[in-house]
Amino acid sequence: MRTQRRGTGSRAPLVLVLPAALGLLFLVLPLAGLLLRVPWTDLPSRLTEPSVLAALRLSLLTATAATAVCAALGVPLAWLLARVEFRGRKLVRALVTVPLVLPPVVGGVALLLVFGRRGLIGEWLDRAFGITLPFTTAGVIVAEAFVAMPFLVIAVEGALRGADTRYEEAAATLGASRWTTFRRVTLPLVAPGVAAGAVLCWARALGEFGATITFAGNFPGRTQTMPLAVYLALENDLDAALVLSLILLVVSVVILTSLRDRWIATP
Amino acid sequence: MTHLDTRIVATRGTFTVDIAFTAEAGEVVALLGPNGAGKTTALRALAGLLPLGEGRISIAGTTVDEPSTRTWTPPERRRVGVVFQDYLLFPHLSARENVAFGPRSRGASRSAAREQADRWLDRVGLASYSQHRPRQLSGGQAQRVALARALATEPDLLLLDEPLAALDARTRLETRSRLHKDLVGYAGTTLLVTHDPIDALVLADRLIVIEEGRIVQSGDAEAITARPRTDYVARLVGLNLYRGMSSGLSVAVDGFEFAVAEPVSGEAFVAFPPSAVAIFVTRPDGSPRNTWPATVSGIQRHGDNLRVQLDGPVKAAADITPAAAAALRLEAGQAVWAAVKATETRTYPT
Repeated sequence: MRTQRRGTGSRAPLVLVLPAALGLLFLVLPLAGLLLRVPWTDLPSRLTEPSVLAALRLSLLTATAATAVCAALGVPLAWLLARVEFRGRKLVRALVTVPLVLPPVVGGVALLLVFGRRGLIGEWLDRAFGITLPFTTAGVIVAEAFVAMPFLVIAVEGALRGADTRYEEAAATLGASRWTTFRRVTLPLVAPGVAAGAVLCWARALGEFGATITFAGNFPGRTQTMPLAVYLALENDLDAALVLSLILLVVSVVILTSLRDRWIATP
Repeated sequence: MTHLDTRIVATRGTFTVDIAFTAEAGEVVALLGPNGAGKTTALRALAGLLPLGEGRISIAGTTVDEPSTRTWTPPERRRVGVVFQDYLLFPHLSARENVAFGPRSRGASRSAAREQADRWLDRVGLASYSQHRPRQLSGGQAQRVALARALATEPDLLLLDEPLAALDARTRLETRSRLHKDLVGYAGTTLLVTHDPIDALVLADRLIVIEEGRIVQSGDAEAITARPRTDYVARLVGLNLYRGMSSGLSVAVDGFEFAVAEPVSGEAFVAFPPSAVAIFVTRPDGSPRNTWPATVSGIQRHGDNLRVQLDGPVKAAADITPAAAAALRLEAGQAVWAAVKATETRTYPT
């Protein structure tokens, strides 16, 4: 006796297919429009314009520095969340994810309140060390790190939870302290997860706009990263905006493809 | 002085392990029991991976865990080596780096740790595999690297968690006798956790059988096999086991020559289950069997079958169905013929 298999025997109903197609179109069309309007002929000369190069250089520098900050602070934080039982762990985990849902502009305002010249820590930093963060390149890094860190923490915590903790027990029986175990066993075992988290974090930092413009302003060469340059260029030079957008789009696609198996593969 | 002195009381869920035992330096003790008996819990407590609920663990004169006096030494500061069931070799490190990990963690310089690792790899016969990653090693090789890694820290207590369970039958045989040799040279106490009576009998000087978290029987192999005190132990040693001198495909045991299927040389064990023993009223002929005249010395119920004890050139137990027993009209004192196929025997070096 034959049994009809679901999904192959009958056609998908139109009432589902139609909105699905529209949804896909809605996602793809703007990108296609962008690609269509890019001034392909003078693209090489556009790409090498000093203002474009400056924004590109600043973006790469700050996103990389922000990722380094996130890795230095976020990996230990992820380890704490994954390996140490402590009171309020759930609360800490919730706090870590706040920047994910917080509007970046609000993040920028919050950063100003804390690190601004009159801010809680900013005033002390200014007085004690003469360090000011707002409206500086360092400020861009702080803004990007604030927004991007949850991506890294969540990815690394997931990797840590998935890793076999018995290797860490084996290391302990061999006389390794928790720090040695972390450095020589845990970290190498979750290295792919850390790498994936760092790439996501870097991509998020690269695209960061709201917190950056609020906290660090929009000074060419100093705090004007690519997304900010795109926004500014839209006012007077559409082609420049398109070129910058194309670069960001290419970077996103490259990252998406490189992480496809880890992040968007369906089981 | 007693090298290992312990009373382990640990609770996991509703299950409590409560066992106490001692062991001397140089002694190999097997902790034998069915799955879920609490063997692994005991091993974890000794290694420091699970704190005691009650009791005391003292290794080489030092108390490392005693809740009543709030004494606690974490695993990294105990002198305990562990060979885990699936070895847990660090997959990102070479065999040499795996073995060097312990000495390095305990403060040896990089070069001294490497030197030590090379020496240990050489001792377990794997010097040429020092650059191999764990996934490039066979099961038996991985087991020996794990042993070298545990011994390289020069532990006072060596814990082996089912060290042969992950191996196939053939590798098991070799690795078991190899392990036996390696343990002879080890000065500390070895505690072998296993559910396999063969491993326990071959490797250990003394057996501690645990069931449901309690010790049900302990003693040397002879004492335990002679008088099983629980069904589990009876089933565990439910083997006819002989020790003799072998040459090729025959093993001489007390003047009787066993024809066997697996060639060995030198002193060897021959084992076969009672179910492999067939009983005949007259001598069976024309078949590749070990046959000998025997006298029925006892008949007991054994599960759904009958276990027949046979006296003769070699003592043996035979399991037969009640129907077969009725057909043979078996009774104590009766003269019969016993037969075992060579292919039903197991042989392995001592």
